[in-house]
Amino acid sequence: MSNSKARWDAVTAHSLFWPAVALVALLVANTIYRPGFLSVEMKDGHLYGSLVDILRLAAPLILVGLGMTLVIATGGIDLSVGSMCAISGAIACLHISQQPDQNALSGVLVALALGIGLSLLLGAWNGALVSIIGIQPIIATLILMVAGRGLAQLITEGQIITINSEPYKSVGVGYLLTLPLAIFIAAGVALLVAAVTRRTALGMIIEAVGGNAEASRLAGIRSARITFLVYVISAVCAGIAGFMVTANVSSADGNAAGLWIELDAILAVVIGGTSLAGGRFSLSGTILGALLIQTLTTTVYAMNISPQTSLLFKAVVVIIVCLVQAPAFRARFARRRPAAPAAPTAADQSKEQVPA
Amino acid sequence: MSGRQPVLTMTAISKSFPGVRALDGVDFRLFPGEVHALMGENGAGKSTLIKVLTGVYAHDAGDIELAGQQVSFTGPMQAAAAGVSTVYQEVNLCANLSVAENIFIGREPRTLAAIRWGEMRRRARDLLARLDLHIDVTQLLGTYSLAVQQMVAIARAIDIQARVLILDEPTSSLDATEVEQLFRIMRQLRDEGIAIIFVTHFLDQVYGIADRITVLRNGRLVGEYPTAELPQLALVEKMIGKELDVLESLDEQSKRDLAALEASTPFLQAEELGRKGSVAPFSLTIHAGEVVGLAGLLGSGRTEVARLLFGADRADHGRTAVDGKPASLRNPIAAIGHDIAFCSENRRTEGLVGELSVRENIILAMQAARGWLRPVPRRRQDELVDKYVKALSIRPADPEIPVRNLSGGNQQKVLLARWLITEPRLLILDEPTRGIDVGAKAEIQKLVVQLSDGGMAVLFISAELEEVLRLSHKIVVMRDRQLVTELANDHTVDADRVMQTIASGTHHEGPEA
Repeated sequence: MSNSKARWDAVTAHSLFWPAVALVALLVANTIYRPGFLSVEMKDGHLYGSLVDILRLAAPLILVGLGMTLVIATGGIDLSVGSMCAISGAIACLHISQQPDQNALSGVLVALALGIGLSLLLGAWNGALVSIIGIQPIIATLILMVAGRGLAQLITEGQIITINSEPYKSVGVGYLLTLPLAIFIAAGVALLVAAVTRRTALGMIIEAVGGNAEASRLAGIRSARITFLVYVISAVCAGIAGFMVTANVSSADGNAAGLWIELDAILAVVIGGTSLAGGRFSLSGTILGALLIQTLTTTVYAMNISPQTSLLFKAVVVIIVCLVQAPAFRARFARRRPAAPAAPTAADQSKEQVPA
Repeated sequence: MSGRQPVLTMTAISKSFPGVRALDGVDFRLFPGEVHALMGENGAGKSTLIKVLTGVYAHDAGDIELAGQQVSFTGPMQAAAAGVSTVYQEVNLCANLSVAENIFIGREPRTLAAIRWGEMRRRARDLLARLDLHIDVTQLLGTYSLAVQQMVAIARAIDIQARVLILDEPTSSLDATEVEQLFRIMRQLRDEGIAIIFVTHFLDQVYGIADRITVLRNGRLVGEYPTAELPQLALVEKMIGKELDVLESLDEQSKRDLAALEASTPFLQAEELGRKGSVAPFSLTIHAGEVVGLAGLLGSGRTEVARLLFGADRADHGRTAVDGKPASLRNPIAAIGHDIAFCSENRRTEGLVGELSVRENIILAMQAARGWLRPVPRRRQDELVDKYVKALSIRPADPEIPVRNLSGGNQQKVLLARWLITEPRLLILDEPTRGIDVGAKAEIQKLVVQLSDGGMAVLFISAELEEVLRLSHKIVVMRDRQLVTELANDHTVDADRVMQTIASGTHHEGPEA
């Protein structure tokens, strides 16, 4: 009894427990509303279903969230990722639109390389502003958040560039081994980022810099380099997400591509248990957070909630998840309810409040 | 003065915090028109006493009488309204508001709906003129020097009709001329009948301005003395005390022949190293296998010397050499590159990363030196961490728990382990035994002896003289941000002699930096 209780306590204390509960609750709610929600069927060698859609549509957010996680772990923030999406998507689409044969693989590869190259450059710009010049991250990246939209407009010359390129389109809606290609790309980048941070010492050093910058300096860490690097990684992740966003609709719109994705990404990071103050970070938490947000968006559409109230609905769910996650809130909530006759502890009380 | 009534009487004040008796039956009297210095080392209870007086803390026992009335304030605002104003060490004003706004914030002269700016500026000018300070009160406070900001804080304090003015280390960031300016104002206020409590770590300043001195030690009152009747040496003795040595007896540092030790090329030489506003230029040599003790009161410049040698602060004066060859120690990375390690006295803010595990904290410096692309293999990490968790008896012995969950002594050992695995040639320990229990203290002292026997140079900083005397081959005495003298720790040196040096200083003061 006490053994299973201890195990249960350990599970609920895990930082990803409540987001996971919220995700399951959302899926259950959807299934009740629409019994066919969970079904996945095979058509023409492709898997179709709401779950597959959620994974595919969450891919750009997962990518942006991964980079954002590292930036936030150093105690910074990157507001420019939405504009980065637009810029890399725009330059890639522009290059393809100028090709005589838009379906030629070589042209598409050059387009992708151009987008990534530009992202690297812009990430270096952000990194330099923050680590070398010492501008506060929120201001430094605000510059590209605003100016980046203009840059994307310049690239597209104020038009929406429409392309007709099968290889490029497949980045967004193509299939590989019965599943959307975007899922593989997101998974691949996630594994790469995980390997780069956890197989090397980068992750620990990022956490040290974010956890205590002065102690890290006195331990001999070159924190400027680390800070620079995370902004570059974030920009590249956003650039790849930009390909997906534009490939989904086979067009580059400097104004709309990746709009407000930075806010969803920050949210995904926070839901995933990484503190905005920096320090310990969790990549898997961010992925879970991104899936939760995308599920929420899908739910809003599936339940035909009117567009006027959908944002409000989203906000309410997010507030609940964030509150339930906060230990201080849970403790308070537990205290508010008087102990049951058998006098279980406060911890017993709190875990009975399963949310949503 | 004895014929007059005290403006403030505190009787048998006691205050406990969990596990600590911060004040134990302390009496304190303050007369109108005097500057009264409140003295004591770290943890003596000075700030607790002041916080009890101003109502920041509620006292457990005792009485406070202000001008014959029994009082018990619930907070600094109420205390200020009753005439007890405090000016803190860190100027707690708003640098982004104007001087006038700072003086009148929260009690601006106003009409029904608006602030009367003209009136406010005029009154601010008058008030500052009283302190002989003629500045533009519409300028932002941040545009003035710290000294002027300090005066503005005082102007704000005395405008609230202060009868008692508490100055908590007001001079720690001021230079000599600024201190003199402050003293002139303090004398003027004293002559107007205001009673001033002056907290400082600078002995010269106490003798320059204070009429009487009250000394606290370990939460108890040592005594109250007229300044003229308490020589500096007696004051230092009363502050430091001859504490009973409860530590298990540690063999006196084998007094190896200092001459032999110092015959070799010194590991580190600092020549006229200094930093304005931090520590006056000093020269110091440290040899392999030598323990150099740095003695002095809090605020004497001990920590500043350590920070300059490690490059934590950048020196703006002087040269350094390692192994006889010029070497710039401009930042921690450069110092670490020369095999210098530094355990800061502020373990939490400048040492450990609280949320990282014991293991990660231990390998942090080694990993930083290798760069993030070459991680220390996990097996090697575990070996090293295991070895030092055992060798230093770090408790609990689980290297995967966050270091913030460890006690102070164990955190100190983790910090030590971090540097020991990098095999430094010079280990700088700033107050490594502060705030840790007796057992851990003895272990760390033993470790210092072992390390120096093994050829490591150690710069050992401690407020506890006994400890410095027991461990050091050579003792360097700091006083008022200057290196006063260097003593070979032979049989002629004892606590009295070092105290005398700390108290009086045998060093001729150079020109002000």
